[in-house]
Amino acid sequence: MNKIILWFNQTGSPARFDGFAKRWATPSFVLAFALLAIGIYGALFAVPADYKQGESFRILYVHVPAAWMSLMIFVIMALQSGIALIWRIKICELIAMASAPIGAIFTAVTLISGAVWGKPTWGTWWTWDPRLTSELVMLFLYLAVIGLYNAIDDRRAAARAAGFLAIVGVVNVPIVHFAVSWWNTLHQGETIRLIGPSKMDSSMLWPLLVLVVASKLWYIGSVLVRTRALNLQQESQKQWAIERYGESA
Amino acid sequence: MHKMQALLSRDLRLMWQKRTDAMQPMLFALMVCVMFPLALGSEQTRLAQSAGAVIWVAHLLASLLVLDNLYRSDFEDGSLEQLLLAPVPLALVIASKVAVHWLTTALPVLLITPLLAQLLFLPEGLLPVLMLSLVLGSLLMSLIGAIVAALTLGIQRSGMLLALMALPMYVPVLVFGAGSVWQAGQGLPWLGGIWLMCAGLALLLILAPWAAATALRIALS
Repeated sequence: MNKIILWFNQTGSPARFDGFAKRWATPSFVLAFALLAIGIYGALFAVPADYKQGESFRILYVHVPAAWMSLMIFVIMALQSGIALIWRIKICELIAMASAPIGAIFTAVTLISGAVWGKPTWGTWWTWDPRLTSELVMLFLYLAVIGLYNAIDDRRAAARAAGFLAIVGVVNVPIVHFAVSWWNTLHQGETIRLIGPSKMDSSMLWPLLVLVVASKLWYIGSVLVRTRALNLQQESQKQWAIERYGESA
Repeated sequence: MHKMQALLSRDLRLMWQKRTDAMQPMLFALMVCVMFPLALGSEQTRLAQSAGAVIWVAHLLASLLVLDNLYRSDFEDGSLEQLLLAPVPLALVIASKVAVHWLTTALPVLLITPLLAQLLFLPEGLLPVLMLSLVLGSLLMSLIGAIVAALTLGIQRSGMLLALMALPMYVPVLVFGAGSVWQAGQGLPWLGGIWLMCAGLALLLILAPWAAATALRIALS
């Protein structure tokens, strides 16, 4: 068998995944914290103030990475749920369900940081703009997934049902992403582009890129820890868990 | 086709036995609309401004409250599990269920909408726009609701959770439906929202029964 496929198959087993998550969670957190420190330093001290917005623009270094994470985690959640529904891989169910609270927090951070920035810049905490509204709907969808997962007693059935809701809810992701170009909005359009030149000056760009990478690493560490906890909860009666962690595990 | 007819007539007969239940969403929407003049004050111009939005929200809430009935009684007496085994594709079974459900819960509310419009002093020319957007919107809400309601079948007291799951999904319907009424009220071109809802309806007529069937299989597995 192809080595990569073999690796994926093996890591999909609960016992193997436990070891894998244990090994990689700490390095991801350490790296995430280091990059966070560098990025926050850059964002708060090294970068010059914006000529128009002054100091308040610095909140975008939190807002933008959090917003990207909120979309990315929803897509990951839907993808993992899809894999779980098709191939019945238990770890994928758990990864999807472990991602939901993380994504919800990132979405909340996006909304709150946006409100804090909006008050001095737009003169209001909130406006019923398509981008803001669809991001709020995103938060509700995350909460619905979490709520459904908690409401069903059988853990695997709960993960499948909530995962299906995540797959249905993923239609909101393109709406959030394209809201700024489909409608006239107060929220500014795309500034950073993967393809083509960005509209942000490179002296201001680097802390943002560092923080984007840091938030992704944070998510990886966080999802590994949470998935491992869910996994151990469900596998606590299995032979491998008892061998590794003793009877009380 | 023959089996589908049997299924449709069974559902319709069951609904006809409980025909007084069809009054309930109607009365509910009426009462919601009565609450608004009491809360907002009976000033005619102010009520006329918000009439379209209020009627839309009343429809939305009414459709939310009856959503749980879509599969619940069939689930409780076990006939839903028999239907899963029936030699008819489950998506078609669900499509017929949604159709009957729409006829018995959304249609009555649509029928009294002209009365609601009078109660809230909706400006004359807006009634056709409102009715058109509501017909499309109630169909969309029934189809979306069919997916969400299927997921909560295994849960005993699912009312609040069902609302929390369905409302975010209803947001686009409300935005374009109530939006087109508002735009018509402002004298702006209002067909854009209607066309989008038509497109959504074409998409959901195909996708929703199939998605609801998948959700039902997940919930009952």
